Order: sequence, then structure tokens, then C-alpha cells
Amino acid sequence: MIQLLNALQLSMLLFLLAIGLSVVFGLMNFINLAHGTLYMIGAYVGFAVAKATGTYWAAFLVAPLAAAILGLVLYQLLFKRMQHQSPMRQVLLTFGLIYVGLDAVRLIWGNYSQSVPVPDLLKGQVTILGEPYPLYRLFIIGLGLAVLVLLHIGLERTKLGAMVRAGVDDAETARSIGIDTDRVFILVFALGCGLAGLAGIVAAPVLSVYPGMDMAILILTLIVVVVGGPGSLKGAALGALLIGMVDTFGRVFLPELALVMIYAVMALVLLVRPQGLLPIK
Amino acid sequence: MKIRTVLPALALLAALPAQAQDIKVGAILPYSGVYASIGEEITNAMALAFEEAGNAVNGRALKIIRADTETKPNVAAAKARELVTSDNVDFLVGPVASSEAMAIRDFVHQSKIPLVMPNAGANVLTGEKCSPYIVRVGFSNDQFVRPAGKWLFDKGVKSAFLLAPDYAAGRELMGGFKKSFTAAGGKIVGEEYSPFGQTSDFGPYLAKVKDAKPDAVFVFYAGSEAINFIKQAADFQLAKSVKITGAAWTVSPLFLPAQGEAAAGFLGSLNYVPALDNPANKAFQAKYQERHKRVASEFGAAGYESGRLIVEALKRTQGATKDKKAVIEAMHKVEMNGPRGPLKIDPATNNVIQNIYMVEARKGADGKVDLAVVDTIANVKDDVNGCAMNW
Repeated sequence: MIQLLNALQLSMLLFLLAIGLSVVFGLMNFINLAHGTLYMIGAYVGFAVAKATGTYWAAFLVAPLAAAILGLVLYQLLFKRMQHQSPMRQVLLTFGLIYVGLDAVRLIWGNYSQSVPVPDLLKGQVTILGEPYPLYRLFIIGLGLAVLVLLHIGLERTKLGAMVRAGVDDAETARSIGIDTDRVFILVFALGCGLAGLAGIVAAPVLSVYPGMDMAILILTLIVVVVGGPGSLKGAALGALLIGMVDTFGRVFLPELALVMIYAVMALVLLVRPQGLLPIK
Repeated sequence: MKIRTVLPALALLAALPAQAQDIKVGAILPYSGVYASIGEEITNAMALAFEEAGNAVNGRALKIIRADTETKPNVAAAKARELVTSDNVDFLVGPVASSEAMAIRDFVHQSKIPLVMPNAGANVLTGEKCSPYIVRVGFSNDQFVRPAGKWLFDKGVKSAFLLAPDYAAGRELMGGFKKSFTAAGGKIVGEEYSPFGQTSDFGPYLAKVKDAKPDAVFVFYAGSEAINFIKQAADFQLAKSVKITGAAWTVSPLFLPAQGEAAAGFLGSLNYVPALDNPANKAFQAKYQERHKRVASEFGAAGYESGRLIVEALKRTQGATKDKKAVIEAMHKVEMNGPRGPLKIDPATNNVIQNIYMVEARKGADGKVDLAVVDTIANVKDDVNGCAMNW
């Protein structure tokens, strides 16, 4: 039971990260490897804000905003030109950004790990089946679920959601009926970056903040996107759930194969359903 | 004299080989990358030891030549070659990572230039792969934790769960503990090796440790993994049912500020803490802090002692460095009281004989957590472990 909660918590973090990456990829065929960097920046900005204001909740608000703004700046300066170029160029550019981000963080905050205290409201443990479980981890699970529901409603019930779906389905037709797909893209991109920043500040009290934290989670996130099927909300959610479970239970029951398991799952999915589990098209 | 005539003269002087009588010490250490701060601290501390000797022995000046290994084994190998063949160094001091040490081991052995290692704990370096020219001032992984096994058993820990990152040092540290713990009669009820550098959530491992119901968990982690493990163990209230012990690097002064109260109660073995109460350490810390405005860690202590060992050995050879065997044998005769306490090089393995301290992380009156020495296990010496000295 405890392990199930651990798995769920990892799944929710992965979901927050994967959804932005996935929808952007599905919408515009743009691969942003620096997505993990925004997660790290979110965590660091959150750390700085929490330290300056003394309250976690200020950081909780500012971190996603900072990541979204940074995402927009990167988009205007760099990604816009690369959007219609070959994926190889996109990969190289955004891969380079990972290193820029890493050194920038080292320069500003140094090489040592930092930590963000758990907010007072969420301190303490809940007893689940006789075992104490940290309240904050339950909060992560709850937050992930809330974001999932909100995004689902947003995507299915709002005009913007319909525009996004149309853009993912067939960008050309969407444009021809008057949807400004570029605008939609910017909005979705910023939202995705914001969610990455949110994941950063949410993870910070548990996983601590350090240069390179982005790489640790980027690979898992990419696997989630591939497994779930790029562009789909349900795919990202299912992929995150699957990878979170496999990673956690792999470590518990088959520690020797812990690292192989998630790749094996990805390979299996690619063999059987190359388009991902729940593709959009 | 006009500047125009001075400049060429200066250039000429600079181009001349350094005077033959200088004693050159090649610092083969990381000055960039993840371990840059460690390389810097070792060098600073070593320079302090040379300074105390007036930067000279028998009229020969002591010079440090830096070579950046970037913490990469292949770079370390190339830099070692460069230091020996073009800079003609008389000593090498370094490196930090065991992988770097393994990469330069054969070259050092063949070139017969004494290498003093302030860090790099791989057992084989003073075991099966030992060399008469490689002297380890730092520690071997086995030496670091072996005393903890018996000590904890004697204090009532009858069963233990081992948890460490899955790489050479993690496995060696667990092996060293296991050896003495089981020999004393303790039982290992489980062991887990988490993917190195790829584990940030220890939740799954913590639940597993709890399920095994050991008296203690014995761990080793460093960097962000150390911070995450300690904080998450506190989140899960592991300490309520299981004593948290380990190689006390896990709660090194480097990580304690980030770990905070969560670290309190950690019990483990260490070969140095800045607060050690001996005159040599007090003098060293005072000087280091005055010069560099920060507390020296175990890396600084070992760097300082590496410098001291070189100076003391040179005093015995009257500053002569030609006969390498004589230099090494002089090192064997040196007995010093360093910041870490009494130190001696074991001629059988070239590994250091040193005290190991059992330390506990305790919350002080000011609310800050600090390491307190609980017990001292004196003069811990490694077995020969397959080491044969081939001069």
C-alpha cells in the first residue's frame, strides 16, 4: 500500500512534466529537451522565493510563473525560428540549452544541493494501515489529480481546448477555418512550461534542489511521452501512471533490473503500439 | 632600464627551465567540474603545510604545479604523464576519484614518481593493485567502515539492513561493514543498491527497510542523494523503529545545512570532523579559516597531511629526491599528529594507519545540527589484502 502511494506520487510528478512536453510535441511537432531545465529553474526560483519570503506558498505561485515566462522568452528568441525546421536541429538546440541552464544554475546558486522546507500546513504524517506516511506526499498526489481534472475540463469543455484539439488533429485545416494555431501554440507552450515549473517547486521539498535534477527526470518524462502517445492528455496520464508504477515496483521487487524495467516497457510499447498507448490520432 | 629591454629579459627568464634544485609537486586534482571545490581545498591545505616549512626543505624550494583532471580518468592519465615527462615533478598529489586513481596507477608505478593520495578510497589501490610508489594518506573504503560493524554490534545492534548507491565505492563500503558486523555475530537482513546518481525518491527503499524490521539500517550516500535520503527517512519516521547508521559522509558538514534537523540521531564512522579536539587540528583550522574564510572539511585535512608527509619525508632525506625508494622509505618512518590525529603509513600496504571516529549528529542548543565524536577507535590498520610490493 505504501509502495502504491510512492508510485502514485512519482506518477503525478511525471504527469505534470509530461503533459506540457507531450501536447507541445503533438501540437507543433516541436521537441523541447530543455523541458527538464524549466523544471529545475522552477525548483530554484521556488527555493529562492521561499527563502526570501519565508513562505512556501509564495514560491508555489511564483515558480510556475517564472518557468512560463522563461519558456515564452525562449520561444520568442529561439524556438519560433526552429519550429518548422528538422527535428534534429530542434533536438540539438534544446539539448544545448540543457547545458546552458545547468551552468547558469551553478553560477547563480552554486554546486551544492539546496532544500526547501515542507510548508507547515503539510508537515507531519498520516497513518495509513498502521504506517506513517508523509502528508506532503499525499498533497503531491492530490495536486496531480487536480491538474489532470482541470486540464481535462479545459481541453474538452472550453473554446481554447477545442482549438488545441483541432490544432493537434490537423493543424492545416484548423488554420484554414480561422484558428490562429501559432497563438494557441504559444499559450499551450507557456502553460506546459508553467506546469514544469510547478512540478519543480512541488518536488523541491521532497527531492531537494540541485544542478542536474533536470536530467534525472527528463529521461523518465520522455519515456512517458513516448509510451503514452504524444499529444494526448489521457496518454500522458496513462503513461505517467504506468512508468511511475513500473519504476517504483521495479525497484522494490526486482532491484537488479530496476533500471532496465522502464526501458523494457518502452520497447514493448513501441513494438506493439508504435504510436503510443493512447495516441491522439 | 626601459620597459622594452626588460620585457625580453623577463621572457627569457620565464623560458628557462625552473631551477634544478626546486622540489616540484604535481597536484593532479580536479579544478573544474563537480569536484572542483574538493581539488581547490586539498591544494590550499597542502600549500599551508608547505608554508609552515617555509616553502623549502634543505634550501630546495617547494613548488606546487597544478594539473586539472576535470574528474575524468582519461584526462587524469594524460595530465599525470605531462607532469612527469615535461614538468619533471618529484611528487604527485591526488586525485580525488578512485576511477582517476585507477587510470594513473600503472603509469605511476612504472615511472616510479611517488604519488601521495589524499582521497580515492578503492580498496585495491593499497591491496592487489598496490604499488610501492603509491602512498595513501586518505583512507581505504574498507578501513572507513570496518570499525563501525563491531562497534555497533557491541552497542546492541544485532541485525542490519544495508543501503547504498550501486557503484564501486557504495559496494566496498557495505562490504567492509558487513565483514566485521557478521564476524561479530550480527545478521544482515537485507541489502539494496539504488541506481547511482539516478535515485531521488527513496520512498520505495525506506518502505522496504521498514518491512525487514532490522535493528539498524547502515547507509552511505553523498551529495543530493545524501540530503534526500536523510530528509525522506525523517518524513517516513524511519528512526522510530530503525536506528539510522552508516558511513558518516552521509551527514558530512557539506550536507548538514540542507539536511537540518532530519539528520539528528545519525550514528556513523568518519575519519575526520572539523571539531576534533587536538592541538594540530585546532592550529590547522585556525589557519585555514583565517586564510580561506571557511571551515576546512576532511578533504582539507587530508590535503594538509599529504603536504606534511612530503615535508617530513624530505627532512629525513635531507631534501634529496633522486632515490625514490629512499623517499618512500622515509615516508614509512614518518609518524605525525595531523588534524585527524596520529597518522602513520603502513609499509606493508602503503595505506595510512589512522583513528576512526564514531560520530553522532546532534542538535545543539542553537538548534543547529552538528557532528559530535562519541568514540574513538585508535590506529585502524588494513590487512595486507593481497598487496605485494614490487619495487
